[in-house]
Amino acid sequence: MSASPTTRPAPSALRLGRRRRAASRRRAAAVLGLLVLALFAVSLMVGQTFYGPGEVWRVILGQEVPGASFTVGTLRLPRAVLGLVAGAALGMAGVTFQTMLRNPLASPDIIGISAGASAAAVVGIVVLRVDEALVSGLAIVAALATALVIYLLAYRDGVLGTRLILIGIGIAAMLDSVVAYVIVRAAAWDLQVAMRWLTGSLNGATWGVVLPLVLAAVVLMPALLGQARQLELLQHGDDTASALGVRVERTRLTVIVAAVALIAFATAAAGPIAFVAFLAGPIAARIVGAGGSLMVPAALTGSLLVLAADLAGQHLFGTRYPVGVITGVLGAPYLVYLLIRTNRAGGSL
Amino acid sequence: MTDSHTLVAEHVRLGYGDRTVVDGLDLAVPPGRITTIVGANACGKSTLLRALSRLLAPSSGQVVLDGKAVHTQPTKAVARTMGLLPQSPIAPEGIAVADLVARGRSPHQRMLARWAVADERAVEEALELTGTTDLVDRAVDELSGGQRQRVWIAMALAQQTDILLLDEPTTYLDICHQIEVLDLLTDLNRSRGTTIVMVLHDLNLAARYADHLVAMCGGRLLASGTPEEVLTADAVEQVFGLRSQVVSDPVSGKPMVLPIGRHHAVSPATPA
Ligand SMILES: Nc1ncnc2c1ncn2[C@@H]1O[C@H](COP(=O)(O)OP(=O)(O)OP(=O)(O)O)[C@@H](O)[C@H]1O
Ligand SMILES: [Mg+2]
Repeated sequence: MSASPTTRPAPSALRLGRRRRAASRRRAAAVLGLLVLALFAVSLMVGQTFYGPGEVWRVILGQEVPGASFTVGTLRLPRAVLGLVAGAALGMAGVTFQTMLRNPLASPDIIGISAGASAAAVVGIVVLRVDEALVSGLAIVAALATALVIYLLAYRDGVLGTRLILIGIGIAAMLDSVVAYVIVRAAAWDLQVAMRWLTGSLNGATWGVVLPLVLAAVVLMPALLGQARQLELLQHGDDTASALGVRVERTRLTVIVAAVALIAFATAAAGPIAFVAFLAGPIAARIVGAGGSLMVPAALTGSLLVLAADLAGQHLFGTRYPVGVITGVLGAPYLVYLLIRTNRAGGSL
Repeated sequence: MTDSHTLVAEHVRLGYGDRTVVDGLDLAVPPGRITTIVGANACGKSTLLRALSRLLAPSSGQVVLDGKAVHTQPTKAVARTMGLLPQSPIAPEGIAVADLVARGRSPHQRMLARWAVADERAVEEALELTGTTDLVDRAVDELSGGQRQRVWIAMALAQQTDILLLDEPTTYLDICHQIEVLDLLTDLNRSRGTTIVMVLHDLNLAARYADHLVAMCGGRLLASGTPEEVLTADAVEQVFGLRSQVVSDPVSGKPMVLPIGRHHAVSPATPA
């Protein structure tokens, strides 16, 4: 074997295949990213008055543009950023749970974690009358507490699975009724705000609401991404993952806390936007294919869903619908489909 | 050589929740040898392997790898020394064979580090040894049970550890592939001194391929030693509750178990 370094052997089929799949995953993610960017731009341009890309860009750069500065800078920009970041947070947290528990039904909005955050936020605002910053705090504590309760109820000899999902669905139903009760009991409660806590909405978007979420995303998303590889290995089961050098318990704890916190911040800002966490992962998997981490593609898909659903809700129909109504209409059939499919297969959830 | 690694279970008690499955078991894995574990269903074989591979912490006693309690050692370092093929590993939906086997390299990789030539070689070699090179671009969940099992073995081989624990590596395999896998593990043991511990259900293959045979019964170690010492009609009766006759395998000269059922015995058999 005295081959000179310049005449390297031709890449093997193994190498080519792996490269091809990795490249196609990257390409798909890049396309998703471009779509998100396009939708973000469109969200800033359209509305009662249309502003061209040039005007929007100047507003973003901080220049004074008559009319556009207020409409785009104060109204549309926070709303679009909220949609972008909340969608990404929900998508990333959702796929994290689905991957970790190896079940598409195990997303935080199905198993009650979003409901916990949302119940705490509603109680905080309506009953305790605390301010916005505290609402996020309350939502996080409640979401973590909900996750802990579900975990403790479902934990049996370290086996997590169907039990967790069923218990989570029950808890979600309970917490949802808390939200409904508080809203109904509140006296002067306008429908828009109520909708935010029932299905999720971007109507409350102000910088005061958006900034905590953005900061949280800046901290928590890298933390989650840092665990992406370990999480991939956890998919093979605890035995294999551990044998491959994953600190199973530690990874799981880090991932749960980061994902739950992301959900809580997103929910505190935009309400429990229905089914985004649940849908983003499976859609992303369809688009980019298997074999790599789905965190980034699912985050992009989450943004895409929220931005698209909000645009549709605002402009496609005679009345304006909050974003959660649109995502709810999209998500419910998929949930039914999943339940039917598992039922047919005769399997458990 | 690599036979310097020592792996010892010292009086371990293992269980799940309140239930104790294995109680007070001592096992010294002979370095550089092939150890096979036999025993009835649910007697705790997989549980023992889990403890050896440090997934399950003993509630008392300890597992010692190279002189130090395995639970106090860094997970990744342990994973570079000791690999495990679990009884029923799980493949994520749609993953390609090449990508799965490549995951065997995880303990050798640092965060964000690039895929190195050594990784590539290890994966290619593992694929070749298990005869799965042609399957690289197929999805794992579309393979037959036997093909999939060989892919899992390839993943464990790609890890290139000096100690390899395998839980029923021959399940799903036809007789030819069973022998191929066991021969392959023997090659690995002979050429690299890899210490192998595996659970097998086929007593005759276990006896033939073992340097050291361990018989478990109800969470305890019933007997251990050379196949000749361990595999007696008495032991088979104690472990499996099955009467049998043990003869010498004409091919390998190792003991061979001939079970005596309630039918088909030519003459009233008298177990040795
Ligand atoms: N994760 C678990 N949680 C609770 N109990 C378990 C778990 N895994 C195994 N057990 C129990 O521990 C006992 C020993 O199981 P183990 O898997 O070690 O048996 P085994 O000897 O490998 O059996 P087999 O030959 O069927 O693979 C069984 O009674 C089993 O029910
Ligand atoms: Mg077993």
